[in-house]
Amino acid sequence: MKKIKFDTFRQMVLVIILIAMCAVWAIMSPNFLTMNNLMNVVRQASYTAIASVGMTMVIIIGEIDLSAGSLIAASGMIAAAVYKSTGNIVLAFAAAILSGVLVGLFNGVLCAKGKLPGFIATLASMTILRALGYIITGGDPISVMDKTFTALGTGYLGVIPIPVIIMVICIIIGSFIMNKTRFGRYVYAVGGNAETSKWSGLNVDKVKILVYVFMGVLTSVAGIIVAARLGSGQPSAGQSFEMDCITAAVVGGTSMAGGKGKISGTIVGVLLLTVLVNGMTLIDVNSYWQQVIKGVIIVVSVLMDTRTKKAK
Amino acid sequence: MDNIVKSFAGIKALNDVHLDLREGELHALMGENGAGKSTLMKILTGVYSKDSGTIKLASEDGSLKEVEIKTPLQAQHLGISMVFQEFNLLDNMDIAENIFLGREPVDRKHCIDKKKMYADAKKWLDKVHLDIDPKSKVSDLSVGFKQLLEIAKCLSFNARIIILDEPTASLTDRESETLFSIIDELKRNNISIVYISHRMEEVFNLADRITVFRDGTYIDTVERKNFKEDEIIKMMIGRELQEDVSARAIKGGSDEIALEVQNIKVYKNSTPVNLKLRKGEILGMFGLVGAGRTELSRVIFGIDPVGDGRILVDGKEIKITRPLDAIKAGIALVPEDRKDLGLILGMSVKDNMLLPKLGTFTSPVLNKKDISNITGTYIQDLSIALASEEEEVKNLSGGNQQKVVIAKWMAMNPKILIMDEPTRGIDIGAKSEIYAIMRKLTEEGMSIIMISSEMAEIQKVSDRVIVMHEGSVTGEMSVDEATQATIMNAAIGMEN
Repeated sequence: MKKIKFDTFRQMVLVIILIAMCAVWAIMSPNFLTMNNLMNVVRQASYTAIASVGMTMVIIIGEIDLSAGSLIAASGMIAAAVYKSTGNIVLAFAAAILSGVLVGLFNGVLCAKGKLPGFIATLASMTILRALGYIITGGDPISVMDKTFTALGTGYLGVIPIPVIIMVICIIIGSFIMNKTRFGRYVYAVGGNAETSKWSGLNVDKVKILVYVFMGVLTSVAGIIVAARLGSGQPSAGQSFEMDCITAAVVGGTSMAGGKGKISGTIVGVLLLTVLVNGMTLIDVNSYWQQVIKGVIIVVSVLMDTRTKKAK
Repeated sequence: MDNIVKSFAGIKALNDVHLDLREGELHALMGENGAGKSTLMKILTGVYSKDSGTIKLASEDGSLKEVEIKTPLQAQHLGISMVFQEFNLLDNMDIAENIFLGREPVDRKHCIDKKKMYADAKKWLDKVHLDIDPKSKVSDLSVGFKQLLEIAKCLSFNARIIILDEPTASLTDRESETLFSIIDELKRNNISIVYISHRMEEVFNLADRITVFRDGTYIDTVERKNFKEDEIIKMMIGRELQEDVSARAIKGGSDEIALEVQNIKVYKNSTPVNLKLRKGEILGMFGLVGAGRTELSRVIFGIDPVGDGRILVDGKEIKITRPLDAIKAGIALVPEDRKDLGLILGMSVKDNMLLPKLGTFTSPVLNKKDISNITGTYIQDLSIALASEEEEVKNLSGGNQQKVVIAKWMAMNPKILIMDEPTRGIDIGAKSEIYAIMRKLTEEGMSIIMISSEMAEIQKVSDRVIVMHEGSVTGEMSVDEATQATIMNAAIGMEN
């Protein structure tokens, strides 16, 4: 007897909820279904979505990355600063991504070789990185008004915002890695049982480090887009950004215990949360109540997981 | 228990089964893994709820009254207690805290009355003749003591029915003897015991009656005077057991040396180990708990450092610093703890089987066809019972899980396969299948080291036998020379 696997069922439910929510907002606010608003929603979702691809992998491997928000700020500032001084967009991009690689290496090595739990390692990098940002800039943003730079965040390719295109590319790359390559199997394996993975010949340390580095790269890409959108690299950017990524992953079905989760689920999670906020803003819900409702959604989605998984 | 039916997701785990228990008897429950023994016991202890059927318990006046057992707490109140194979103890807490978890005695200020708790704990420990300070941490206890502590816990719940699940699986012979004498005392106090075990000899010694289940169905109950081994086996597996050649007709093992271990110190102060594994042989490694066999295998496989020793494969020295080095040299290890070290329970059979093999593919991109070919072949060759290769490994029986671990390594075509307690916790049918697989592999040129604590298994399966004691090799002989006495003497360190 073939039964639909629980994970597929759960994803279907999420998508249905997303569509239902869109329908509700469309009825409640005539502005929701406009091309302008919808593109805004997806653009708004793109930064979180890009980093959430990486966060999904980090959570699957059994760790967490709390430094994402600080890296958004740092990479944004580095991109702005390099562009400002060299006028070379490629160099700016490269420098920002390099910062992402370095932060990822720091996190990964501390976690894998230093044997620190990822929570602690990234708590450290989160704090240090954020502080360094303020120290180096003295608290002032690095503003760049040049169209070449801001296009990354505000520009369009036809009708589609550039950040959305970048997001789609990142999703495709991330999903390909997780579903179609052996590295993806390694990530699930290490997350499922790191000891068995070691006893099966896997280099567990290498896998963890590479996942953190990939997360760093993706986060720095998101950071560049945020700075471009704002027209400046801000030391205060990305506050509690990592929480949004984690929320999206959890709502999307990624298990905090590790070993289970899909990028597609996380993306639906990101869209769900972004549409929710967008709709609530359109109908003028107080932003603090928006937070409450977000919290409720987290609880409901995790409960859905634990209740249906318990067979008595 | 009558007419018990239980299904999980449409699959009948128990089909109209029946079990009755007399006061003060030891009633053994036997059957292959997946036969339904644990499921029935989980219903009796309130962990699962039955779909239909009745459970009746004797009340004070002696008559049978029907009861509903919906939670473990209810079962406890009714005097039903179970000691699980893997124990239910908190290592970081002490003995008394473990016994009284959730029902600690409190004083008038609602604080835990530590004095009373330790005194009461001592009372229960005395009942199982466990002479240990109740303040000791459970993590400091040996496996045998933990077992007795679990029984003390059951008694503290005033259990009238105690269920023991594979109680001697991790016990030494000495500890088992202690357990058996406690069981005798329990029986004399009119406590009834349900004894789940695969160890025929033990069951025949202890049980008053044996009930056999097969594939979720009740087969029969046999009185002590009618115990006959091959009949019970036939009931358990539903067919005649192919009588394995008791010793191999053609001795495995050529003169070529597949693996040589030189000068490896297993423990800090033990005599260095020197060992030679001949090509195509099964080398049985016997020893008591702590003999150092698993530790030696960990060094060979690269989990622990080699120190001053050397490892040679096919005559050439190999530098092994991590498992990947050993694997590349053609060594594979099926670990003792299959659930925590051999398998990733949450992943599919297919993914588990491929884990080491993935590193050998030239392309980092997965090729579905290549993969299916590999996994399909081994599932067939090893007769692994599955609905589909996408099934999560945690749903398989112990025997099938072990086959997945073996398949995983076979896919690597190792020259040398080390198997640590390969048939532990596995039923008779699957055991003989695994022995047959081992024989076939050696006929195809593989060399196997089999670590085992079961004398009979060592004598039955090995070509040569090595015995270890406290980290050094104390005996080396061909299987013909391996009598119980010779093996045992070497295992306890007596000079021959």
